Amino acid sequence: MTGTQGAGPGRGPAIRLRDASIGYGDVSIVAHVDLTVGHGEAVAVLGSNGSGKTTLARGLLGLAAVLDGEVEVLGAPVGRLPGPRGRVGYVPQRHTVSGAVPATVREVVGVGRLARLGLFRRLGPGDRSVVADAVAAVGLSDRMNDPVASLSGGQQRRVLVARALAAEPELLIMDEPTAGVDAASQEALAAVLADVSATGTTLAVVTHETGPLAGVLRRAVVVDHGRISYDGPLAGAEPGTGGHHHSDDPVEPEGRGYRLDQLRVTPDAARARLGGS
Amino acid sequence: MEILEYGFMQRALLASLMVGLVAPAVGVFLVQRRLSLLGDGLGHVALTGVAVGVLTATAPVGTALVAAVLGAVLIELVRARGRTSGDVALAVLFYGGIAGGVVLLSLAPRGQATNLDAYLFGAITTTSTADVTVFLVITLIVLGVVALLGRRLYAVSDDEEYARAVGLPVLALNMVLATLVACTVVLSMRVVGLLLISALMIVPSAVAQLVARSFRTTVYLACAIGVVVSVAGTTASYYAGTPSGGTIVLLAIALFLLVTAALAVRDTSARRRHRRRADVHAAHPHEHGQGCGHVPVPHGDHVDYDHDGHLHAPHRTGAGLHYDEHGAHAVATPPIEEASRP
Ligand SMILES: Nc1ncnc2c1ncn2[C@@H]1O[C@H](COP(=O)(O)OP(=O)(O)OP(=O)(O)O)[C@@H](O)[C@H]1O
Ligand SMILES: [Mg+2]
Ligand SMILES: [Zn+2]
Ligand SMILES: [Zn+2]
Ligand SMILES: [Zn+2]
Ligand SMILES: [Zn+2]
Repeated sequence: MTGTQGAGPGRGPAIRLRDASIGYGDVSIVAHVDLTVGHGEAVAVLGSNGSGKTTLARGLLGLAAVLDGEVEVLGAPVGRLPGPRGRVGYVPQRHTVSGAVPATVREVVGVGRLARLGLFRRLGPGDRSVVADAVAAVGLSDRMNDPVASLSGGQQRRVLVARALAAEPELLIMDEPTAGVDAASQEALAAVLADVSATGTTLAVVTHETGPLAGVLRRAVVVDHGRISYDGPLAGAEPGTGGHHHSDDPVEPEGRGYRLDQLRVTPDAARARLGGS
Repeated sequence: MEILEYGFMQRALLASLMVGLVAPAVGVFLVQRRLSLLGDGLGHVALTGVAVGVLTATAPVGTALVAAVLGAVLIELVRARGRTSGDVALAVLFYGGIAGGVVLLSLAPRGQATNLDAYLFGAITTTSTADVTVFLVITLIVLGVVALLGRRLYAVSDDEEYARAVGLPVLALNMVLATLVACTVVLSMRVVGLLLISALMIVPSAVAQLVARSFRTTVYLACAIGVVVSVAGTTASYYAGTPSGGTIVLLAIALFLLVTAALAVRDTSARRRHRRRADVHAAHPHEHGQGCGHVPVPHGDHVDYDHDGHLHAPHRTGAGLHYDEHGAHAVATPPIEEASRP
């Protein structure tokens, strides 16, 4: 199945793989895959451990080698310079942030803004408030100035999610953003992602349990031994989780990134979703 | 001060001030990148540059700068290409650098080659006026670049993969950092020495990391520590007649041990104080809660109970619920950091 939104006139889909093989060294982990994701789609990438989900995501980001076929992201072949330049957000699967030198939540999330600013521009007041909004969206406003290392594993995970949100990207690729994250925070993340998705941002979320995200991710792609074994409605991939579709969220196929301050991610709203943690 | 009456000491102190400021400002990024020994390696490479300068009778500071910067660029290119082979390539470059330097210096006319120790470990009498000028230019450039690109350098050092994924120019930023390291190495040539410069990049950062809570404070604190140990070490080496580099580094390490010990003492006494506070409450056991007769007082993110004018903060530990004292009631409005958290 192709994207429900499809490609807008005049520009390609957000993600297009054509007979693509992705891997490390000269070993293909993901082999001969075809996949098209339209702008504004929200896709769950499912599959068992070692099936190649992370490799697929890393291939889209230029972090794993495209060994064969074509991989295009936001209209440009992956790996061509100058990279995606802030149009892509990424939450790596790595569970924690652990630099050798202490850094605050604010500093780590601030990195999310840099790619948009080019090489020399400094973070302005606008950027700072986006950073604050992103941190609020993951419910960590009160930890803003704490060293990241002093946060729990799940909280650090949420810091990495905030860093990706702060980029206000057109395409958000998240590798297990909810692993180790408590139920309330998962609900909060689902609410934020619903907002983000409603602005036309394309979402690709690798996950094992869609949980609350099932309301946001409508399409599922199941990876099995490096191939796509299922591509269709999430409900079909995960029996029992397809009950709550948000059919009322209008999707604008604009795909020009979003403005965090126009979303409902005020600190209060985020805290309310978090149940006041 | 008598020490300032000598021109060579004025120059040495100026040089130590600059290297003390610059080395940690660059070193913090190396520590973050877990590449602490890059400065050491480039120091080896710079030695070949020094030897070329001595042999060709050009200023060794200039030739060392060229060699170190070339080495830095080469290292980043090798690192960007592969992993296992890169490690070996680095070793070849580094040891090739020092071996080349030693052999070339031995070919120099008599008397020249005996300067080797001064280059490797620092000697305060060797800083020339021309050196100070070059050092000043290097200092301004390095600090300027760090001020301009610091946040990007942090981003790449912290999470290179993320930086690459979102389209930051990772290779270019890594080369900038390596070049800054090369410049710092050359800056260190006179007072700290090529073999010891790495310590002045790393140890002040290690001290700052112990106490700072943010990356920014770590940088500022490391620079302050660098300046203090560098200037103090240079002064001490004048009076004690010891090599300046070794003296500076020993001072930095002493500071590191001192701060580590002080923090250990603080933690132990905080733990003891916490236990004592818990004991205070254990002496009048009582489970606070709604309608327990004590006034609940919101305090930051939690609620304390007012007990005869002091605050009890319930918190759960492995051993069960107990109460910390959170100070006197009247002053306890701002959300204080829970220093007594176990
Ligand atoms: N850096 C690497 N170099 C070589 N092989 C790798 C590398 N990373 C992963 N692989 C291999 O690729 C295969 C797929 O790994 P991948 O991380 O993509 O799986 P996954 O679907 O994300 O699994 P999980 O659910 O555990 O995260 C595995 O067999 C793994 O051994
Ligand atoms: Mg994975
Ligand atoms: Zn009580
Ligand atoms: Zn009491
Ligand atoms: Zn306690
Ligand atoms: Zn309290």
